[in-house]
Amino acid sequence: MATNPMHQFEVYRIGPEIKINHIDISFTNASLFMIISSIAILLVFNLGSSKKSIIPNKIQLIAELSYSFISKMISDTAGTKGKPYFNLIFSLFMFVLFCNMLGMLPYSFTVTSHIIVTFVLAAFIFIGVTIIGFIKHGLGYLKLFVPSGVPLILLPLIVVIEVISYLSRPVSLSVRLFANMMAGHTMMKVFGGFVISLGIVGGWLPLSFSVALTGLEILVAFLQAYVFAILTCIYLNDALNLHH
Amino acid sequence: MQRKIVLLTFVFSTLTFWNGYSAESGGMPQLNPEFWISQIFWLIISFGILFVILSKFILPKIRNNIELRKSQILDNIETAEKQKVESENKLKDYENLILNSKNEAKNYFNDARKKIIEDINKKRLLLEDDLNKEIERTEKEVIDLIDKAPEKINRIAIETSSDLMKLLIGEDVNNSSISAIVEDLSKKNKLKYYGN
Repeated sequence: MATNPMHQFEVYRIGPEIKINHIDISFTNASLFMIISSIAILLVFNLGSSKKSIIPNKIQLIAELSYSFISKMISDTAGTKGKPYFNLIFSLFMFVLFCNMLGMLPYSFTVTSHIIVTFVLAAFIFIGVTIIGFIKHGLGYLKLFVPSGVPLILLPLIVVIEVISYLSRPVSLSVRLFANMMAGHTMMKVFGGFVISLGIVGGWLPLSFSVALTGLEILVAFLQAYVFAILTCIYLNDALNLHH
Repeated sequence: MQRKIVLLTFVFSTLTFWNGYSAESGGMPQLNPEFWISQIFWLIISFGILFVILSKFILPKIRNNIELRKSQILDNIETAEKQKVESENKLKDYENLILNSKNEAKNYFNDARKKIIEDINKKRLLLEDDLNKEIERTEKEVIDLIDKAPEKINRIAIETSSDLMKLLIGEDVNNSSISAIVEDLSKKNKLKYYGN
């Protein structure tokens, strides 16, 4: 095992090299953990929805609680108009959550610690929300960049700021998730390295830190998935209900 | 329309990043573009499958379950309330029934007592009647006896006297003279023996 804390983020090929038109789409450890996350989600929620009992068992309770959790989050932020996008936001939240949580297992790979993955997700949301906005409001969606009640002199400046802030949404959304995941895992690795290098005499302090960090990271894993989903809801709300 | 939006989004984001990656290498494996396309490809595949299966099969089932439970709970609450009202009514009925039957029992008891008292009175009257009749009859008998007694006694006295005379004197005495004497005596003593 390399002591390099960044080694855990390395992507390597599993199985043969697959190329289509000179584009490498080989199956990697990242792909493996994406598939595992998806299958885990499907398993949990399939088990949680297969029985129709009035008093739910534990796994059914998990499925139904997460359902009502996301449902409440959407109706709180985007209102009733956000209901049709429930499936997408539910899938996004669960995918990010399971990827984050699976990353907490030792020797596993954290899919969301890669900027490209989070950026694709964020760009997907950004482009989707923009398309929804233009479909719902036509060119009126551009009013989003013109807040009401702003003095006319300030308007050019405000519009520029609004456009920049709108365009930076995918970047902030993706970098937030990626940086949180990467930083947490790097820290854990660094403290793990300290435990080894300080040995049985001095290793206890970094070990206790590592244990505390693990708890914190589990919290962060959930929190980042939640933040990702709720920001999606907020962006969706902007596109559905033009407030400005 | 939702499907169209999702499809468009997929296409746009794929196109954007298919051409958008540029080579860079450094300390962070995340910035190595070697497997970017592969990651995007597998992300689209896994997330796409996840999204489709979740939204087509699993989430509707969970939604149904939750709604079913909600409606069933509402139904149960409704029936519970209905049953509560029903049981309260039944309790009232039961109390009324008990009150009524208590009253009835009281009435029955009173009736029975009245009847018995009447019966007793009637029987007593009858008995008294009977008794009075008997007493009257007996009194009459007694009076009859009293009335008849002196005659009999007189006759016996006359016979006895004539017999005695016959024994004493040895010859028949005129009955009429004896009877006259006896009559006289009995009249004298009548008040003494049968004094009212």
